[in-house]
Amino acid sequence: MKRYLPLLIPALFAAWFLSDLVPPTDREFAYTRFGNLPILFKGRHQPIDSFARNSLVQIFERYSFYDRTEKRSLSATEWLAEVMFRPDAARERSVFRIDHPDLISLLRLPLKDATKGEDGQHYSFTQILAGTNVSILQEQSRLAGAKADAQRDAFDQGILRLGNALMLYNALLNTARPSGVSQLAAELVAFQQAIPRGTNALEAARARSSAENADLQNDPLVRSTARFLYQRGDRADKLPLILPPEGGADWARFPERLLELTGGSPLPVAALSWAKMGDAFEARDAGAFNAALTEYERFCIATVPADMTKTGRETFFNRMAPFYHALVIYIAAFLCAIAFWFTFSEPLRLTSSWLMMLALIIHMEGLVFRMWLEGRPPVTNLYSSAIFIGWGAVILGLVLERLWRNAIGLAVGSLLGFVTLIIAHNLALEGDTMEMLRAVLDTNFWLATHVVIVTLGYASTYVAGFLAIVYVLRGFFTSSLDPATARSLARMVYGIVCFATLFSFVGTVLGGIWADQSWGRFWGWDPKENGALIIVLWNALILHARWGGWVKERGLVNLAIAGNIVTSWSWFGVNMLGIGLHSYGFMNGAFQVLAAFVVSQLALIVIGCLPAARWRSFQGKSSTPTLPIGRKPGAATA
Amino acid sequence: MKRLLAPLTSLRLTVTLLALGIAVVFFGTLAQTEDGLYVAQSRYFRSWFSTWSPHDPSLKWIIVPLPGGYLLGTSLLVNLIAAHLVRFKFAWKKTGIILSHLGIIVLLVGQLATDMFAHESRISFAEGEWRNYSEDFQETELVFLSDLPDPAMNSVVAIPDSLLKIGEEIRTEPLPFTIRVKEWMPNSDPTFQPPMMQRTNTPQTSLGIGRSFTFRSVKETRKMDDKNIPSALLELVATNGTSLGTWAISEWAGESDLQRTARRFWVRAFSGAGTDEQLQDALPEYYPMTARIYQQLIVPQSVTVGGRSYSFTLRPRRYYQPFSIKLLQTKHETYAGTSTAADPEGIPKHFQSRVLVDHPRDGKREADIYMNNPLRYAGLTFFQYQMGQDEAAANRGTSTLQVVKNPSWLTPYLGCVLVALGLLVQFGIHLNGFLRKPRA
Repeated sequence: MKRYLPLLIPALFAAWFLSDLVPPTDREFAYTRFGNLPILFKGRHQPIDSFARNSLVQIFERYSFYDRTEKRSLSATEWLAEVMFRPDAARERSVFRIDHPDLISLLRLPLKDATKGEDGQHYSFTQILAGTNVSILQEQSRLAGAKADAQRDAFDQGILRLGNALMLYNALLNTARPSGVSQLAAELVAFQQAIPRGTNALEAARARSSAENADLQNDPLVRSTARFLYQRGDRADKLPLILPPEGGADWARFPERLLELTGGSPLPVAALSWAKMGDAFEARDAGAFNAALTEYERFCIATVPADMTKTGRETFFNRMAPFYHALVIYIAAFLCAIAFWFTFSEPLRLTSSWLMMLALIIHMEGLVFRMWLEGRPPVTNLYSSAIFIGWGAVILGLVLERLWRNAIGLAVGSLLGFVTLIIAHNLALEGDTMEMLRAVLDTNFWLATHVVIVTLGYASTYVAGFLAIVYVLRGFFTSSLDPATARSLARMVYGIVCFATLFSFVGTVLGGIWADQSWGRFWGWDPKENGALIIVLWNALILHARWGGWVKERGLVNLAIAGNIVTSWSWFGVNMLGIGLHSYGFMNGAFQVLAAFVVSQLALIVIGCLPAARWRSFQGKSSTPTLPIGRKPGAATA
Repeated sequence: MKRLLAPLTSLRLTVTLLALGIAVVFFGTLAQTEDGLYVAQSRYFRSWFSTWSPHDPSLKWIIVPLPGGYLLGTSLLVNLIAAHLVRFKFAWKKTGIILSHLGIIVLLVGQLATDMFAHESRISFAEGEWRNYSEDFQETELVFLSDLPDPAMNSVVAIPDSLLKIGEEIRTEPLPFTIRVKEWMPNSDPTFQPPMMQRTNTPQTSLGIGRSFTFRSVKETRKMDDKNIPSALLELVATNGTSLGTWAISEWAGESDLQRTARRFWVRAFSGAGTDEQLQDALPEYYPMTARIYQQLIVPQSVTVGGRSYSFTLRPRRYYQPFSIKLLQTKHETYAGTSTAADPEGIPKHFQSRVLVDHPRDGKREADIYMNNPLRYAGLTFFQYQMGQDEAAANRGTSTLQVVKNPSWLTPYLGCVLVALGLLVQFGIHLNGFLRKPRA
């Protein structure tokens, strides 16, 4: 029995992951099937489910919406369906997240008040645009937009973020239906029939005075045209293309295709299906909605079968949420590894390593699934670089654990897996993480070689740095770092730095060769190239300092911690400079996080430089037996 | 001898040089935000010494002295070679280290050679056009063409802008006059003077385009994708000392690609458009007017001396090639549904130029040039750089190719293979030894 104890917790987590793979059963409206419908947005064929999630995360910062007043959770698709088809109800949902207090007071929004159901953080479309807020927002966004990126403070960023969220929301409102319509399907048919007569009437109207034209305002053709034109608006290009190709035409936006009808083209089947789904949803008629949906699904299978297959896979991937599950399991693995250091209980270490293995499998499966969906190598943008760094670090951690069996590899690997996935989660708040690649990046060969290898270089430098942190923390604050453990940790750091040198050097030079292939310059001193070069130089410096005998164990450890700063600078710091050919991932808010991380690393280096006499592990004795953290020598009982 | 070399071979010197290298790369990167890539590159990396200061005026007193890239590169090279010369003892155990250091030497020497011998220029043309030269994107030249019956090359005199910048008198053999540079503007804007204004305001020059345009000197740009557009005011003086008049010369008039920029610039000035969207709206309305103005800017300027006419223009410096290249067809694909009013280009998916090269010796051949697939021809490499539409004919594609001459382009490939192999061997030896030993 005791043999299987370490498998218990991992098995529970595995069951939790597997249970999330089962599609939820739709009770009324068939949201799962609706989320599976194909659309085209930003050049990418994707399911509505992905579009809904990526939209919701930009507005609400979560992948599902929790309504405080109704005390229930809405899936992203359910939320989007409501925004598209029942805009009046959707406008009242507190979905806009606002963090900056000055922004809340600027717009006269209610503060936290539990009795009125206000949490002081989330507001509805109606609340935000009440009174003169529209003009206030326009003016403030203009002011913030005129500033250079570096000069924008948290308030400016908040304004711009809210502005983007509102614009996105507005596009969603206009995606599938003009506002203020209840019987769109009927209206479309009437519109279609009215076209020949209406075109003549319009021609005639041009010759008459405006007073006579007043009658025309009630003509169905004019009314509908005005509606569709308004819906098309000046922000039409933000709308996704929801109508699949039919009758020789390509993918189209809803209002675009409707306006083409005046040229005499037939009413698209897809447009009518969307109208029917919308009408049924508006009337809260689940049966009619599901019937229209089934009809439309058949149409999609017939016209765009490839898209339907792909959307099915992608919605499955979305539901699986592999990186979220892996993240949670990494936390558990980390806690078990730390607990092991306090107890030295072998089942804990085994639990931790099984958990880490489980998380790695889920992590890797997500990585491979993404590659399959995209048809790309693993790293294509900043988001996927975070996921890949985590993956590399976890593998290195497991290898170290296999060699030493002292939970250090487990702790470092699971911590890095967890941290990188958190970073990835925050990067995903910007929107779609599988966006199409610009022309220069459109080469699987270089993405698979340069990008993958240089990213592994980042991963191994971090692993070395975090091992070094374990050395300093355990050595300085506890008495658990006996000479043997210290030596093994230093050897791990050294070995990983060797790996890091190899990967970062080869990766960086391959990047140069790619640059030579694409614009004839092996080395252009671009910030991202320089960042990678600094990592190479830093690793080379560590190795040479060690070979020259200039640094010993503790010196090596301190240099490796500084490697964390160097790598973070290259990974994120240079993107914040906002210059150069590589700055595809500019971010605003992350600067403080980076600064805080750098300060923490500097603090660790300062501690690492304190004389050995102050380190609890090195005080006086040289050959005490290995003991768990917190046990005094002599009190140890086996 | 060995004792003399000892300090040069020390590992501490290596570590110090690596640390300094990190500092130089770091500060050189920081400086790029304000100075631009080109300036920062020449100040920090292609130099022997440099200093760095923050851009905040209140922190200007901070001065970080730094070695330049040349100094560091040379020192590392000396350190490396000296160490191997002095301590060299062949052992299988050291093959990895020797290989990877050899690779580093190849890389360093290769980059030095690139720095000395590589040259970049550009070719811009529309579909159907031939070019037998490429153009510099920084330097300009003042060109005189005489109306000699023989249109051979010797009837052209090209004066590089490095001579014009000095602002002295220039006397070049076949030209029967002296050029006096009155003002050199490294970057400039042209302002159109409508005819009624020309009567009240004194024109900038007595003859030529300077009568209808005023050229103002503006701050030099240091951004990577921005370009300085120089102008100058000249006086031509006959051999007997009498002035032939004053003229303005400007790259605005000599560079056909600037037409679009110039017209947008005027539309902005006339319409008061602030944002890009307003500009976009105003463009069609002002289009005919700005087209007429641009025609006045590019009218040929000439001077007649001794019954012979000499026309002149300031244009990007040209490098003539022994072959010609023709743009046959451009292909410009974007992802479906991504083009917007603000960004009509959309998300670019693929750019491709099909060209025909014609060499008097090697004959003709066609080739496709696209991203990550350059054409290597006659010692030059042609890369797809930009793509657009002809302003005059909407359906005629234009393309800009980057032309690079780099005799040492293969060194990074060789260096990379050597270092990678060396590191693999060395760490393989380490790892093997490590796995054999018992662990704590």
